[in-house]
Amino acid sequence: MNDAMPKWADIVLIPLINLALALFVSGLVVALIGKNPFEALYILVNGSVGSAYGWGYTLFYATNFIFTGLSVAVAFHARLFNIGGEGQAALGGLGVALVALSIDWPHWALALPAAVIGGMIFGALWAAVPAYLQVRRGSHIVITTIMFNYIAAALMVYLLANVLKVPGSASPETARFIEGARLPNAADILPWVGFSRSTPLNVSFLVAVLACIGVYFLIWRTRLGYEIRAFGHSEPAALYAGISPVRITMLAMLISGGLSGLMAINAVMGEAERLVLDPVQGAGFVGIAVALMGRSHPLGVFIAALLFGALYQGGAELTFEMNGMTREMILVIQALVILFTGALDNMVRSPVERMFLSRRRQPEAPLPTTPLQPGGHPDDAKIEP
Amino acid sequence: MDETLAIELRGISKAFGPVQANKDISIQVKRGTIHGIIGENGAGKSTLMSILYGFYRADSGEVFIGGKKTEIPDSQAAIDAGIGMVFQHFKLVENFTVLENVILGAEDGRLLKPSLAKARKLLKKLADDYEMDVDPDAIIEDLGVGQQQRVEILKALYREADILILDEPTGVLTPAEADHLFRILKGLRDEGKTIILITHKLREIMEITDTVSVMRRGEMTATVKTAETSPEQLAELMVGRKVLLRVDKTPATPGAVVLEVENLRVVDDRNVERLRGIDLTIRAGEVLGIAGVSGNGQSELLEILGGYAKGTGVIRVNGQQIDITGSASDARTRRARGIAHVPEDRQREGLIMDYRAWENIGFGYHDDPKFNSGLLMHNSALKTDCVDKMERFDVRPPDPNLAAKNFSGGNQQKIVLAREIERNPDLLLIGQPTRGVDIGAIEFIHQQIVALRDQGKAILLVSVELDEIMALSDRIAVMFDGRIMGERLPSETNQGELGLLMAGITEDAA
Repeated sequence: MNDAMPKWADIVLIPLINLALALFVSGLVVALIGKNPFEALYILVNGSVGSAYGWGYTLFYATNFIFTGLSVAVAFHARLFNIGGEGQAALGGLGVALVALSIDWPHWALALPAAVIGGMIFGALWAAVPAYLQVRRGSHIVITTIMFNYIAAALMVYLLANVLKVPGSASPETARFIEGARLPNAADILPWVGFSRSTPLNVSFLVAVLACIGVYFLIWRTRLGYEIRAFGHSEPAALYAGISPVRITMLAMLISGGLSGLMAINAVMGEAERLVLDPVQGAGFVGIAVALMGRSHPLGVFIAALLFGALYQGGAELTFEMNGMTREMILVIQALVILFTGALDNMVRSPVERMFLSRRRQPEAPLPTTPLQPGGHPDDAKIEP
Repeated sequence: MDETLAIELRGISKAFGPVQANKDISIQVKRGTIHGIIGENGAGKSTLMSILYGFYRADSGEVFIGGKKTEIPDSQAAIDAGIGMVFQHFKLVENFTVLENVILGAEDGRLLKPSLAKARKLLKKLADDYEMDVDPDAIIEDLGVGQQQRVEILKALYREADILILDEPTGVLTPAEADHLFRILKGLRDEGKTIILITHKLREIMEITDTVSVMRRGEMTATVKTAETSPEQLAELMVGRKVLLRVDKTPATPGAVVLEVENLRVVDDRNVERLRGIDLTIRAGEVLGIAGVSGNGQSELLEILGGYAKGTGVIRVNGQQIDITGSASDARTRRARGIAHVPEDRQREGLIMDYRAWENIGFGYHDDPKFNSGLLMHNSALKTDCVDKMERFDVRPPDPNLAAKNFSGGNQQKIVLAREIERNPDLLLIGQPTRGVDIGAIEFIHQQIVALRDQGKAILLVSVELDEIMALSDRIAVMFDGRIMGERLPSETNQGELGLLMAGITEDAA
């Protein structure tokens, strides 16, 4: 709880200033390679939110980032840094694929809940091992979750190349899911908006929105959330209150891993409709930036995920439309956004806080300090120039 | 320009956000005197000294040192101006020798040998002049707290400090060590050094200072000659109203045994035995005070009784033995047995500083069906409960939505007390009840403890403030090095005797 400034400034104004700074520096970089930054910005914005096509991709990417962002956010609340979203989402993909391929699903509405459970369980189990190693063996979760990303990648290659591959096929991927295990996309649900048949946006977006609401309730309304936050704020206090660090670490990581695993609903069941190599495509890492920028609040995560979705889609457009804008340039821009919104957050925060504080003091000054205002200091008037 | 003034501050103001920590403070400190600065926690003493030592920059005002206007942008500038500071928490390298610590940051050249030799000579001289004997080759972590503090003073003197600032120097010392420190300080004063002593202990001010300045709520309310004032007057200046310095209580009427502890032992993470066989008993309706210099096992005693340290031995509450080793041994099960705990460090353990008051009011009791439905928390029930408790414990401001960190130390403590006392426990563990608490609130907290005792509860009081132990306890046990050195009745003992026990000296040894 920050009392220095109003809440809207904390969750809206500061991210916007950060974003503006990031775009400004990005513009400088674009100008440096001899391109027109304004044209680049136009393509970036227009490509991401200027058409139904753009929105389709922007929201599709955002769906991935919401899941991984929530995953990181839940762990953050317990002061655990889960960098393993990448591996947990990949394993979630395995869970989703196994569910989708297991039986002859009559309808997606039945397959989806089963896949949700499958994805969550596999993601959660992949997070459970590092969590267990931390609580029982003291192995730091940052290290182990990173290592588990690599193990997950290797495991997926092995499984897809040797076990799950369609016999006779050369490509390391599973068979395409049957009709009843494919999720309807935005063109099916909202035909009048004008999404194309090929849009990857699908019902998983709604699952992501539900996940935001669920995480909000978990963190701020449930007893478990109360204990997770208490543990995250102060471990000695948690011990004093009889909150078991082992239990909270395990549960927070299971939930976190489960949320990462959910991402596979979108990428595997919604888009590819089969399990391919690396269905996650870096979304696990973007989730860290999303959680940081969203200040671990579900609403903030949602907004930050939209922004990063737009950056991904707009960035892809930029490489198409503008000669000389390489994939690496887009990475630079994305990195700048992460740098300014995450790492350099305090650079903007402190001056803005000071500004609000000085503005707050100003209106007090002209008021006479009467006995009715015991809190007012007679010297306040002197502070003002 | 007044040459007789070591330090003069004129119109110093400093604000942290909306909090005005120092308001237009002016003070003159005469050369060759011991000048006390007294005030409650949060009165702005430390801020003022941090400005003088270059940690903070004042928003406005001027500093004169030796009559010359001086800018102090950082601590190096303060050192150059002849100011030395001894912090409450020492800033020593634990695995360096005394000599190495003394020259650290003040080496004369790239090679250490000449500096070490010079420091050794100086140390020898200081030891002779002021009975500041410290083995120059001892490793810091092997030294006692009193000796470590001497090293801090030596560090300042090695840097040719003329003005020495000590921030709450006796907090970690036994009475005997404190007396020794005061002898050193007097010797330094007689040599012409100027000493500023920051403290909240009235007794020390009366004992050693020549002049005393009182701070209240960021302002300097008075500067008086110590000889011309009294503790009562100083307390009134600090608080702004008359304060009862004594606790009014009737003799205890002990009932049945509530807590029995036999041969309790705790070994810490570093394999050091912190409790070496503690035996004690507390009856209903009495306060057992544990006196001792901090770090002699009192914290571990509270932790194992409170359920979050493991150990061996027997603890019985109301005749029933409780598990202290197994997996069922945690703070939750202790609470279920009727043990409430006001921890020593309320900011680290007792409260979640970022939680609002209403979230803290159920902390540790959040399992209570009153506060949750199994899955969801009953936030409105917590808020109602909080408003109610805030009113009865006079928490100010009575705003349940304020984060714990935004309350003053005294009001934070009242929140913890309200939470623990209102559970109607059989046994209350209470550690450092008034540490960092303003005098006004101390009075209130002491009254609550006595009232709880009079209701027939058993109370284990741990405090490093001997005055507090003497005032509240019905029996006093002194801890030293993980053992109980002896038990005394407050009416039949005195600070001197307790001080010896606190230093580990018993009659047999003496």
